[in-house]
Amino acid sequence: MNITVCIKQVPGTSEVEIDEKTGVLKREGIDSKMNPYDLYALETALRIKSDKNAGLRVISMGPPQAEAVIREAYMMGADEGYLLTDRKFAGADVLATSYALSQGIRSLGHSDLIITGKMTTDGDTAQVGPEIAEYLQIPHVANVLRILELNEKSITVEMNMAESVEIQEVLLPCLITVEKDIYQPRLPSFKLKLKTADRPVHYITFNDLEDKDESHYGLKGSPTQVLKIFPPPAKTTSERWEGKGEELGQRLAEKLHELKFI
Amino acid sequence: MSKIIVHQNAVKGKSHDALIKVCPFNAIESDGKEISINSGCRMCKICVKRYPDVFEFVEEKVAEIDKSKWRGIAVYIDHIEDSIHPVSFELIGKAREMAAKIGHPVYCLLMGSKVGSMAEELLHYGADGVYLYDKPELLHFRIEPYTAVFEDFINRIKPSIVLVGGTTVGRSLAPRVAARFRTGLTADCTMLDVQKNTDLDQIRPAYGGNIMAHIHTPNHRPQFATVRYKIFDAPERQDDASGKPEYLDIGSDKLASRIKVLEVKKKEKVKSIEDADVIVVAGRAFKKEDDLSIAYELADLLGGMVAVTRPLIEAGWADPRLQIGLSGRTVKPKLIITCGVSGAIQFVAGMNNADTVIAINKDPKAQIFSVAHYAVIGDIYEILPEMIGKLRALKTNNR
Ligand SMILES: Cc1cc2nc3c(=O)[nH]c(=O)nc-3n(C[C@H](O)[C@H](O)[C@H](O)COP(=O)(O)OP(=O)(O)OC[C@H]3O[C@@H](n4cnc5c(N)ncnc54)[C@H](O)[C@@H]3O)c2cc1C
Ligand SMILES: Nc1ncnc2c1ncn2[C@@H]1O[C@H](COP(=O)(O)O)[C@@H](O)[C@H]1O
Repeated sequence: MNITVCIKQVPGTSEVEIDEKTGVLKREGIDSKMNPYDLYALETALRIKSDKNAGLRVISMGPPQAEAVIREAYMMGADEGYLLTDRKFAGADVLATSYALSQGIRSLGHSDLIITGKMTTDGDTAQVGPEIAEYLQIPHVANVLRILELNEKSITVEMNMAESVEIQEVLLPCLITVEKDIYQPRLPSFKLKLKTADRPVHYITFNDLEDKDESHYGLKGSPTQVLKIFPPPAKTTSERWEGKGEELGQRLAEKLHELKFI
Repeated sequence: MSKIIVHQNAVKGKSHDALIKVCPFNAIESDGKEISINSGCRMCKICVKRYPDVFEFVEEKVAEIDKSKWRGIAVYIDHIEDSIHPVSFELIGKAREMAAKIGHPVYCLLMGSKVGSMAEELLHYGADGVYLYDKPELLHFRIEPYTAVFEDFINRIKPSIVLVGGTTVGRSLAPRVAARFRTGLTADCTMLDVQKNTDLDQIRPAYGGNIMAHIHTPNHRPQFATVRYKIFDAPERQDDASGKPEYLDIGSDKLASRIKVLEVKKKEKVKSIEDADVIVVAGRAFKKEDDLSIAYELADLLGGMVAVTRPLIEAGWADPRLQIGLSGRTVKPKLIITCGVSGAIQFVAGMNNADTVIAINKDPKAQIFSVAHYAVIGDIYEILPEMIGKLRALKTNNR
């Protein structure tokens, strides 16, 4: 059995601000890390790997420095890592990202199960998983809470719905996106770090993909475009109240009375 | 292909570091000699704006599609068993507002098994057409049959815009359908508008809510957007129904699935903070778990609910479903009282649509005050007990 996990490198902090005058981002360092939700996907795959003796590949699309998250996956126990990187992928939106990833996954040979995180902390769309599944023409289940059974033919999972949990049995191959808390992710191991220090990270470039129509990738393959980015609108005029705690408490109660909340 | 090119001669004399830092996506790199753009680029063009001499955007013209072939704004009607998810009504309201600007009709798409009565209900919200697919295969949400029905609907009706609620079903279904049509989808939009040429203006928070991005889909149809619950207002229900539901059929062969639903387990029903009119938010100012009783007391008096910030969830003091914010719930109550909450952007993203915001914080510079209608500077441990006492007195007098 072969499992493929999609992981992404994201900025290490979300504390970015935008300069209103220049429209430029103010950033403290440019540190980055593995998308936290992908740790759960990876952990899920690692458990299956040890239970079923499955092969575990990770794949990421990003700039060359994203190699770091593949190294991290090695330190957690992944067997092989692939980095999909090419200038031709630049400017990709969700559709073009999913397409490139689906092409990358195809180029690896057969995957029985593909696991993605629930969402990324920078893109934050939760769309890439379902779109990859569509391109691979396999079923998907999003928001998986638990895996109840897995055999050569099918996987049975609990899908988290608003007011219920649906238990679905899905024929393989399929793609699942996992909820955080499915399992507690392990920490990277120092032993594995030493052991995998020379393990190569395989690069997949445009030329390695089956579909060589450039218009399907990057900006050209992206139906959506960012027109502009701007700081969130500053809010409302407000009243400022200062004074002794007791007075403020009294005043608040009276205000709520006046506003008919009591 | 459109791209950003780098004029290396203009790079000379500039710090590579400074150039690299311009990019929010780490897509500018230097090999010591030359500056180049890598695959991280999202074409946001910030670099072009900042260093127009170094970075240039070159655009290639592509053949334009005929937008007039796509008409109408369609709303996917999400439902939990036989009740319509309220986000669907909110989307109908938004769709009507936009449709009026471009003179397009509003359609509802409803799929499921035995959903006829829901269709009747939808007629009271001013849609121009309610299309429904009623098949036993659609009893439970399974991705392939639902996608097949959606595809069939789009092929027949050809809507220009499709709106889907950001529910668990919507977030799984919308991307699948959008990918099938090789078209764009913008998730979790917080503002929507439409241009005369039917292009949808999609505005959403990006980068953990620190930035708003204005996105459009200039040359693809339909245009897909998802919107979370409680972002827009639902229209009033009209007593008179307009129109009648139209049943569409789809061959059972198209509804084949590799998924079998074995069981549906009900979750215990908890009242969700999204439905509360009044919310009292406890932040990290609460020193210990026991102290939360003050917040609960205040919420009880006001007939509201308690919600919390993320650190309190991390501490295990409250059920994760009570978290407000980017990684929690979005709320839009009539009144929200934040108690000892700093107002981090990720928190504010989940509550800044509330009608009235009262913020209590002892730090006069707290960020939360920038979204508050009443900025109350003081200590919660002094203010809240006093407030509760007075409210109780007022309540007794009222009777
Ligand atoms: C990707 C990402 C997603 C996130 N998502 C969320 C989210 O969904 N929801 C969320 O809440 N957070 C989220 N966060 C965390 C967020 O950045 C903040 O850390 C968090 O909201 C802070 O919570 P707080 O205001 O309760 O605590 P603090 O920031 O510690 O603020 C406590 C405030 O209480 C005041 N105070 C202290 N004592 C008193 C007193 N006695 N009386 C009055 N005031 C007092 C202080 O002045 C301070 O302003 C997210 C972070 C990231 C990186
Ligand atoms: N560039 C990428 N490389 C690899 N996996 C990705 C990438 N972008 C998204 N994913 C996967 O898709 C999931 C959802 O991402 P998103 O749609 O961006 O919220 C993530 O948790 C990852 O597993």
